[in-house]
Amino acid sequence: MRRMPRTVAAAGIAVLAASTALAATAAGGTARARAKPIRIGIVSFLSGPAASPFGIPARNGATVLIRALNRGALPKPYNKIGIGGRKIQAIYLDENGSPDQNVANYRRLVQEKKVDLVIGYISSEDCLAVGPVADQLKQFTVFFDCGTSQLFSKPMPYVFRTAGDQSTDAIAAARYVLALKGKVKSIAGINQNYAWGQDNWNTFSAAMKKLDPGVQIKDALFPNLFAGQYSAEISKLLADRPDVIYSSFWGGDLDSLLQQGLPRGLAKSSTLVLTAADTALPELGKNFPSGVVVGARGPHGSLAPKSNPLNRWLVAAYRAKYHTAPVYPVWHMAQAILGVKAAYERAMVKDHTKVPTQAQWMAALKGLTFRTPSGTIAMTRSGGHQAAEGSAYGVSAGFNPKTGEVSLTKVRTYSAACVDAPKSMSVSAWIASGFKGARCP
Amino acid sequence: MSTVTIILIDGLVTASSLFLLSAGLSVVFGVLRILNLAHGSLFALGAFAGAILSIDYLKWGRFPQGSFVVLALSALALGAVAGPLIERGLLRWIYGREQVLQLLATYALFLILEGLQQALWGGQAYSPWVPYSLLGQMTIGGILYPRYDLLLFGVAAGAGILLWLLLNRSRFGRLVVAATHDPEMSRAMGIDLSRVYTVTFAIGTALAALGGAFWAPTITVLPGFAVDTTVVAFAVVVIGGLGSIGGAALGAVIVGVAQAAAVQWAPNLELFVIYVVMTLVLLVRPQGLFARAAVRRI
Repeated sequence: MRRMPRTVAAAGIAVLAASTALAATAAGGTARARAKPIRIGIVSFLSGPAASPFGIPARNGATVLIRALNRGALPKPYNKIGIGGRKIQAIYLDENGSPDQNVANYRRLVQEKKVDLVIGYISSEDCLAVGPVADQLKQFTVFFDCGTSQLFSKPMPYVFRTAGDQSTDAIAAARYVLALKGKVKSIAGINQNYAWGQDNWNTFSAAMKKLDPGVQIKDALFPNLFAGQYSAEISKLLADRPDVIYSSFWGGDLDSLLQQGLPRGLAKSSTLVLTAADTALPELGKNFPSGVVVGARGPHGSLAPKSNPLNRWLVAAYRAKYHTAPVYPVWHMAQAILGVKAAYERAMVKDHTKVPTQAQWMAALKGLTFRTPSGTIAMTRSGGHQAAEGSAYGVSAGFNPKTGEVSLTKVRTYSAACVDAPKSMSVSAWIASGFKGARCP
Repeated sequence: MSTVTIILIDGLVTASSLFLLSAGLSVVFGVLRILNLAHGSLFALGAFAGAILSIDYLKWGRFPQGSFVVLALSALALGAVAGPLIERGLLRWIYGREQVLQLLATYALFLILEGLQQALWGGQAYSPWVPYSLLGQMTIGGILYPRYDLLLFGVAAGAGILLWLLLNRSRFGRLVVAATHDPEMSRAMGIDLSRVYTVTFAIGTALAALGGAFWAPTITVLPGFAVDTTVVAFAVVVIGGLGSIGGAALGAVIVGVAQAAAVQWAPNLELFVIYVVMTLVLLVRPQGLFARAAVRRI
């Protein structure tokens, strides 16, 4: 065929290029926003006493999840790429430092790095400090782990928590230990001296007194957070010999308490109830004693529902990358990430938009029910900002050399309906009323 | 088992570690006249060295009792290396200067060492618990105590006796006393003051590191615990009297027992009972319990 004159060809190409470019910029508004990654600031202990057993597993969990999400590799209903088709870009921040330092770092994260969302905070004192600042800066923030019940004592419109608070674990622990032992003569507590530890003890002791009115409270010990040395407290507990010792110790402190207490027979003279013991199971391995009531801050870690497909995926993916079993902070992180993903994709449908605004995103998370590796979570407490989650406990039964893990028996799961205070009541009022309306098996 | 006995035992165990920590601080101040705000960091570094080296040693698998020797040697090595390094590198330049400057300089050292610990071992916790349970348990009044506590007490007592012998019955001790009493005259008499200072500081460092190394098996070692340690060391030394070994021992026992008593009788006060005791001593005898009130030399 006759060759086109060069000028015509050149003009044609130019027109084609120009129209393509124009079309791109026209669609560009939403297409570019859709292609823009979602920037999430993720805050967790990356150094210090809470890092190795806790903060680093949480960050690792985030890494595994985000990489898989960006490839669209999760099972349904989370198989869409990233969040609503937008890839996730994570910016990790170390939570190590005083609450004031954490507030300063949070401000920098929000104002300089301009993240779309912050997921973070393990320590209750950090959550209590950062929460009001999130509202001040109007920044959508999800607390994934901290457990103080004091968090929503005042409503915080920009703050959500996708994990249960300590009251869930404490009340479930009281029910579990009474189901396990029948009757308990005396209890004692050793908890860290800050909101988390104090809330835990107050809830547990109140629940025990309600469910088992004759129970005697022998000791209530509150060593400093991160104190690390507990020989005097252990001597006191050994001398007083309570039936049950309740401890919400977590991370490195829990490891220290066990390393110092177990050789002296602490687990033999009393039944230890440890609400956050899941992280100590791989740390102590075959040195973890039997007969200890083990909690994982909910149905997570060794207490997670093994048949749940999301759970199976999570455990396999984590093990493949890190060659060790994941611990419960990983589940908490998963709940936060999957929760915001579910909310964003719901907002896309509800508000007929490809790129929901922050307000639409938060409105979708409020009151949302979504699936997690531990089961279904409903954001129904504290005006739709707090997850209603159940809890689970088991008794340690020795190290299994085949699986390389501590095995748990007598595992019981408690639904949110059984151990969470209803929307209308505070936890203490609910306990005082005799757990009115609780639906327990 | 009476509560008082529990308090005494727990108190003495804590006191053993506190003595090693504060004896070094006291000796350094007594001779070099410098309040080393980084002293707690030396304790922490001793704990890290002891923890890491003993864990590595135990991987070898044979003769686990050797881990105690490893703990002691790692502390002494730290004293022999870090001590002269710090003394010649930093302290040498601030002798005789205003106290504010000295405090700032040693505080800067503390911050540097904190940063170093974070950088080297930030996310990693070391739990050298094998030495802690290696010697088994003993029953005192119906309660199990690890025999390791006896070892800790023995190490502290032994170090204290050796230190006393060194300062009071050896030639080096006489040099130290002379140098402390009158530095200018000592120099005029031909005593190598800089060597005396370096060796003294190395001894102080080794003592603190020894305290840390033998304390490590009872805790999980992580960066950050040096902060509280320095403060407690100062409280002990203030109670006992700066510059006195006997004072450091007495101060350590008082602080250890006070803490243990608080845990048993008034757990709410556990956190600040040390400072209550320190305040009471300062009100009654500001120079400390063991030091003699001295006329201020211009």
